[in-house]
Amino acid sequence: MQSSTIEITHITRKYGDFTAVDNLTLSIGKGEVFGLLGPNGAGKSTTILMLMGLTEPSSGSMRICGLDPVRQPIEVKKKVGYLPEDVGFYDDLTGPENLVYTARLNGIPEREAEERALLLMRRVGLGEEMDKKAGKYSRGMRQRLGLADVLMKDPEVIILDEPTLGIDPSGIRDFLGLIVSLSREEGITVLFSSHHLHQVQQVCDRVGIFVKGRLLAQGDIASLARQLFADSDESGQEYGLEDIYYRYFEGESKDESNSHSA
Amino acid sequence: MKVTAIQHKYMTRAFWEERLRNIIPELRDQLISYRRSGAAPGVFRSMVLKEVGDHFRSWRVIILMVIILLTCIGSLYTALTAISDTGSAGNSDETFFFLHLFTLSDGSLPPFFVFIGFLGPLLGISLGFDAVNSEQNRGTLSRLLAQPIPRDYVINAKFVAALLVIALLFFVLSFTVIGAGLLTLGIPPTPSEFMRILSFMLLSIVYVALWLNLSVYFSVRFRQPATSALAGIAVWLFFTVFYPLIANLLIKAAAPSPYASGRSVYLFERFRFLLMQVMPNELYSQATSTLLMPSVRSLGPLTMEQMEGAIPGPLPLGQSLLLVWPQLTGLISLTIFCFILSYLAFMRREIRSR
Repeated sequence: MQSSTIEITHITRKYGDFTAVDNLTLSIGKGEVFGLLGPNGAGKSTTILMLMGLTEPSSGSMRICGLDPVRQPIEVKKKVGYLPEDVGFYDDLTGPENLVYTARLNGIPEREAEERALLLMRRVGLGEEMDKKAGKYSRGMRQRLGLADVLMKDPEVIILDEPTLGIDPSGIRDFLGLIVSLSREEGITVLFSSHHLHQVQQVCDRVGIFVKGRLLAQGDIASLARQLFADSDESGQEYGLEDIYYRYFEGESKDESNSHSA
Repeated sequence: MKVTAIQHKYMTRAFWEERLRNIIPELRDQLISYRRSGAAPGVFRSMVLKEVGDHFRSWRVIILMVIILLTCIGSLYTALTAISDTGSAGNSDETFFFLHLFTLSDGSLPPFFVFIGFLGPLLGISLGFDAVNSEQNRGTLSRLLAQPIPRDYVINAKFVAALLVIALLFFVLSFTVIGAGLLTLGIPPTPSEFMRILSFMLLSIVYVALWLNLSVYFSVRFRQPATSALAGIAVWLFFTVFYPLIANLLIKAAAPSPYASGRSVYLFERFRFLLMQVMPNELYSQATSTLLMPSVRSLGPLTMEQMEGAIPGPLPLGQSLLLVWPQLTGLISLTIFCFILSYLAFMRREIRSR
């Protein structure tokens, strides 16, 4: 138990009659890169909001870094960095100024904050854009500034919600490479939500497949493939995440058509 | 026996001295533990500073300041011409000559306090209408809430920052008027006049804070800044234009005949007074006119018996304040009510990205 950084047990979140997250149980170890994979509206963002203490679960319990996000949201936010989907910045401040403001909110001393901001700007590949106002940044640059913003507080865990949207292909490679190196070198646990199969496959140690609020399967890609295709004829073949993903979806849509016809 | 023992314990002086000695360290400990459990110290201060900086950098506030400064100069000018026209009329307000700067007008422009009553709501609405929804539309709100700060810091910082801007503006304006008056009239305000001007300023700040809170509420409630601005302006227009119309209709319908008994005329007057009291702008104008014109002795209807034996003359400040105490408490409670409304709406809201 000690080794897992994120521990989710039987979490359910309902909005009225709609169940966004349905009895989710998940545990993520320290230093792991975990990919939450699923289509739009599967409950990935809701799960993330609950982990950050930004919304409360209807039932179930969670621990993140040994803390309960419902009772100690501020302590959780000191240790966990969250990059929301389509992050925004104060347009009339430059990139480093935005980072320094975040540092102030985290109580980091001014001197240290400025040094750290410049360092992180270079690290995420925005070294050339130091004096530019954040309002002039492109979407991909904003996303990279978002990663720097998350790293300002020196987090133990980072949670990224669809972080690669709007970045060009070579930018995505750099971005994902950076995430992997953060995890390997600094032991940061990464929770990564995406609906891009290839990206998840590239960086994640383990994957959870999330459909309609339920976690259908979890594990590393090889074991997921084994689980799924063990009984099929082509068991010798190499399977990618794509095959696994579509296998689940086909299963889901079949269920649905059955229930409609019944 | 036991009861007397307990009474005895509470009655001793030593017990209360002990309690009082302990209460301050206890409070201090609680404060420290509250701060330790939450955000880093100084976070709220830097949030407020950032908001104030944003206000002063924005075109909106600069434009507002220019408008208000111009009206201030205009009404000061009309007040000065009116004062030089009337010269030294021997009325009872003679001792409060300095307050004329705020209340007199030669007719071309309304006097200072009417102007503030008119522009104050606009100032409040324009400082608050995009407080929360613009942060959400820019995608900065979810990032802000992911930082280790209590959630209410966000809305409290916005409120405090706007209030600071308003207070600064009003103090600058009023002191400018006082300074200009000193230079042109050549007589300094008496201490009681100064206190009246000070209480007028504080009241104006509360009044603008009311509209500020209302528009912050709309900014939590509505996603589009244009909608929330319009909602705020709609409420303001309702109270300045439409409500008096409706109230007049009601009053006309309820008007007693000229031959009605004195009692029903009195009741009708009270009804009219009550209908008008609902408007926050009416509360404000009653309170300010009483504060700035010491000769105002009553606000509601009075009977002849009540008037009998009254000597017309200015009221001391304490009595003027007492006279408008209901208006003051009404305005303050409305302001607090609007703040609570926006606070609760914000705290309950689930913040998703964009």
